[in-house]
Amino acid sequence: MSSTPADLFFTPDHEWVADPGGPRARVGVTAFAAEALGDVVFVSLPAVGDHVDAGGECGEIESTKSVSPLYAPVAGEVTAVNEAVLNAPELVNEEPFGAGWLFEVAPTAAADLLDAAAYAALTEAGA
Amino acid sequence: MAGGFADRHLGLDARSGAQARRALGLGPDERIMERALPADLRAAPPPLGPPLTEDQTLSRLAELASMNNPGRSLIGLGYYRTLTPAVIRRGVLENPSWHTAYTPYQPEISQGRLEALFVFQTMISELTGLEVANASLLDEASAAAEAMTLCHRVSRGSRPRLAVDVDVFPQVRAVLETRAEPLGIELVDFDPLAADPAAVRGAAGRYVQYQGASGRLVELGPLAELAHQAGALLAVGADPLMLALVRPPGADGADLVVGSTQRFGTPMGFGGPHAAYMAVRQDLVRQLPGRLVALSRDAHGAPALRLALVTREQHIRRDKATSNVCTAQVLLAVMAAMYAVWHGPDGLARIARRVHAGAESLRQALSRVEGVEVQGGRLFDTLTVRAPGRARAVVAAAARGGLRLWARDRDTVCLSTDEATTDQDLADVVAAFQPSAAAERPDAPDAVVGAQPGRPDPAPDEGVTAESAVSAAGAAPEPWDAPEADFGPLTRAGEFMTQAVFHRHRTELAMTRYLKSLADKDYAMDRGMIPLGSCTMKLSAATELAGLTWPAFADLHPFQPLADAAGSLQLMAELNAALLDLTGYDAISLQPNAGSQGELAGLLAIRRYHRQRGEAERTVCLIPTSAHGTNAASAALAGYRVAPVAVDPAGNVSLADLEAKLAEHQGQVGALMLTYPSTHGVYEAAVRQICAAAHEAGAQVYIDGANFNALVGWAKAGHFGGDVSHLNLHKTFAIPHGGGGPGVGPVACRRHLAPYLPGHPFGGLDSKVGAVSAAPHGSALVLSISWAYVKLMGASGLTAATEGAVLAANYLARRLGATFPVLYRGPGGFVAHECLLDLREFTKRTGVTVEDVAKRLMDCGFHAPTMSFPVAGSLMVEPTESESLEELDRFSAAMEAIAAEAERVAAGEWPLADSPLRRAPHTASALLAQDWSLPYSRALGADPTAGGRLDTKYWPPVGRVDASYGDRHLVTKLAS
Repeated sequence: MSSTPADLFFTPDHEWVADPGGPRARVGVTAFAAEALGDVVFVSLPAVGDHVDAGGECGEIESTKSVSPLYAPVAGEVTAVNEAVLNAPELVNEEPFGAGWLFEVAPTAAADLLDAAAYAALTEAGA
Repeated sequence: MAGGFADRHLGLDARSGAQARRALGLGPDERIMERALPADLRAAPPPLGPPLTEDQTLSRLAELASMNNPGRSLIGLGYYRTLTPAVIRRGVLENPSWHTAYTPYQPEISQGRLEALFVFQTMISELTGLEVANASLLDEASAAAEAMTLCHRVSRGSRPRLAVDVDVFPQVRAVLETRAEPLGIELVDFDPLAADPAAVRGAAGRYVQYQGASGRLVELGPLAELAHQAGALLAVGADPLMLALVRPPGADGADLVVGSTQRFGTPMGFGGPHAAYMAVRQDLVRQLPGRLVALSRDAHGAPALRLALVTREQHIRRDKATSNVCTAQVLLAVMAAMYAVWHGPDGLARIARRVHAGAESLRQALSRVEGVEVQGGRLFDTLTVRAPGRARAVVAAAARGGLRLWARDRDTVCLSTDEATTDQDLADVVAAFQPSAAAERPDAPDAVVGAQPGRPDPAPDEGVTAESAVSAAGAAPEPWDAPEADFGPLTRAGEFMTQAVFHRHRTELAMTRYLKSLADKDYAMDRGMIPLGSCTMKLSAATELAGLTWPAFADLHPFQPLADAAGSLQLMAELNAALLDLTGYDAISLQPNAGSQGELAGLLAIRRYHRQRGEAERTVCLIPTSAHGTNAASAALAGYRVAPVAVDPAGNVSLADLEAKLAEHQGQVGALMLTYPSTHGVYEAAVRQICAAAHEAGAQVYIDGANFNALVGWAKAGHFGGDVSHLNLHKTFAIPHGGGGPGVGPVACRRHLAPYLPGHPFGGLDSKVGAVSAAPHGSALVLSISWAYVKLMGASGLTAATEGAVLAANYLARRLGATFPVLYRGPGGFVAHECLLDLREFTKRTGVTVEDVAKRLMDCGFHAPTMSFPVAGSLMVEPTESESLEELDRFSAAMEAIAAEAERVAAGEWPLADSPLRRAPHTASALLAQDWSLPYSRALGADPTAGGRLDTKYWPPVGRVDASYGDRHLVTKLAS
């Protein structure tokens, strides 16, 4: 399993956020989550312009055996979605922290997030 | 042993049974049920008679058959006479390789029926003009209900309304009403030929019957345009035979199409079973209910089929699933697909033209009859004929000649021609409409409408016997000139079903070999044990299946006058009485045509009961977390919010959490849904307490009968706390699984819920509302299997079967428990009729997963047990009473050999990726490949238990199927 990038922030639901204080906070799921999901075959994402609430359900990730809700880690308006991952959902497995990102949000409020060390501690604890 | 049928049904005889008891530490005469089953559940033996012999059973069945009088039905309304090609009847329906297979969850050993279903999907897609078709749904009416909920989902619930064609089949309308109400969906009448009223414009979908009940054929193009302008989907209920001649609805903008493939070679059977279908636009594929077969590839890169997008379904998405449908109609879908393979597109078009020509010639002939008026406009095979004041007289006159027509009202007769219609039929119809014909018997009033149960047929048919109806099916009707049918702008243009499979198997020898080649790819019970937990894959005896092809049962239309079906009704009454005796309930309905439908019917009965008592707020359904996903999906469809109840460390429903949930939802709990014995395969000792707690809180108790095979003859759900249950006749009562259906899911209840059991607009049931299936008695044809099972077993055989099933499961638990721990046990350390093997530690230690074990079992000649249900990383094993000690030992030896292989992986002898476990299953081609670089021998790869003897081995036709590739590159039909 790849290591947890130090510059990202995390939720206990295994999403990551890059630059949560900036105008375009990029969101994805962690390598830990991707591994647990198994082969991802479909993702459904919010649409550009949708408003998402922190902790609110905003999409789904399907593997061949399970379907998991996707929670928005920060509140705000969706400014972009990763078209590449819609067409090639395996990117979530292959590059969860890179090309497998999911969507971007213009945050409207600060969110309560974990740093890399705290998230690593959480997953090691068996979350 | 008495030497009766039971000895043929039971795998453990006196000697091997004693051996099994000894292995469990029981005395030679000690009964396992007295140790395993909690004493406070024990019921008196059922008051069923002694067993009949096979010969006596068949004689009695023949007696019942002789009480039926199917005549020649032209009633139509979605059910038509059809000529089952004999090669399909013998090669599929009567062939255990097809009817004893399980749902194709293990694709590597199911390629034959997956291919047949792929052909089914291709056929439907080609006929409807839509990209994706599923395989399959339960009947046309429930398929229409699935179309309704699909429209509702697509609109995200924003427009809870469905516009329904005024010319819809009455049974479709009835089921839509049942299914719409709990979801808060409003049905509004919709006349496709009139301007849209405001109510229609606000609907999420519009449902059009194509052709209508009256025979009316409307142009779909403008309707699709109007629907889309109003933001609605256009759903079409279409006759697939007609689609061989008219434009496919998909080409005219329909978004989804449903229908029944009954007339593709499946007899009417007094209502079923038949395969229904749904086809949708590609972009709606994730909204599709039910099974979908798609192409993927195996570990060697070869094409392989599998069930796709399973996350839509109830076993994963539970209350958020696209549908509760689980068991479908695989056997019937295979028959329909093979009918299309046999006839090809030109043959289907020829049959359709002939059917159409019959209707047109009748229209002309009738238009010359005095006082009779035939509808104008385009039609396919259905005529609506006005004979003011004379409708019943006409129907009665026709009945005297052996014909069955439908009197829609006092003035109107409807009839449909079909594949079996002869010149004589047409002449008889015309004669019946002659004013003089009705006058002959002024006292002969009755027909379909208003027929009363038990009323004698006013004019029994002379000469129309079971035999002559069959010979109608065997011999081709007189050939007619069937000129090119002209449907004007609706005429179908261009080729369809151009795929090679629809052109290649036209001689009987070619067809025989095609069916054989498909069946050879599959593992069914004719090869070995299918020890699937919670599925009860027991023997379906040949004698039990005999009645299926008897025309006296097969040729009955579900809406015929009841007097025509006296034998079938008597059979059902006897079956009902036995099921009530065995369950301890007071009332029963045989209408639900799958377990999922039974659940829905039972939960709806509870809902209506609460509402009748002014407790409409009881909308919470408590369901243990260990329950089957269908429970939650059915609860959602019946209008409940699902609240999960925790399971304690011993695998039992947590009484503490149950009390907490009852308190949390005080006054709102409508039902507690419980499986007994539990999905963990355990007789929970506290079941009476659990039921009492729910009752005290004002809730009703639904006991899921999936595991009824552990109770039959020993305990009664209706006595230990259940208010309502469904049974699975395809599990407990010997109906074969059919490779994924048909199922039958009767719902039985205590007296207070009886008024809320499913009614039907036809069939003389107590109520006309609450229909869950298209036919009043659901899949009536296959009920003779369960009837025969009960007659053959008698009280002694049935109680012995339960005991045998529990003994076999405990024997396996004891022997396999040494290798794989049994996760949950009940009182005295015994399991019920199945045992849950916990592989989680094993997997952690060796890396070998339950999937590896399941696939390796295929090499050993077994179907895998149920995987990862109800606990991830486990295998649920249910041997049933039918398997012998020898087969149980063979299975145990295979499991032990697999465990030993896993140890070699753990010891580092084989890398997991190159081990025979991860490489399983092994195809003959892979083992014969020129290069063999794997660290184990080819012979070991083939079967670790065979000791090199491979002469009777079953060879999986493909290697391990890549699950994700197929889902990511979705291909759901053959390329044209």
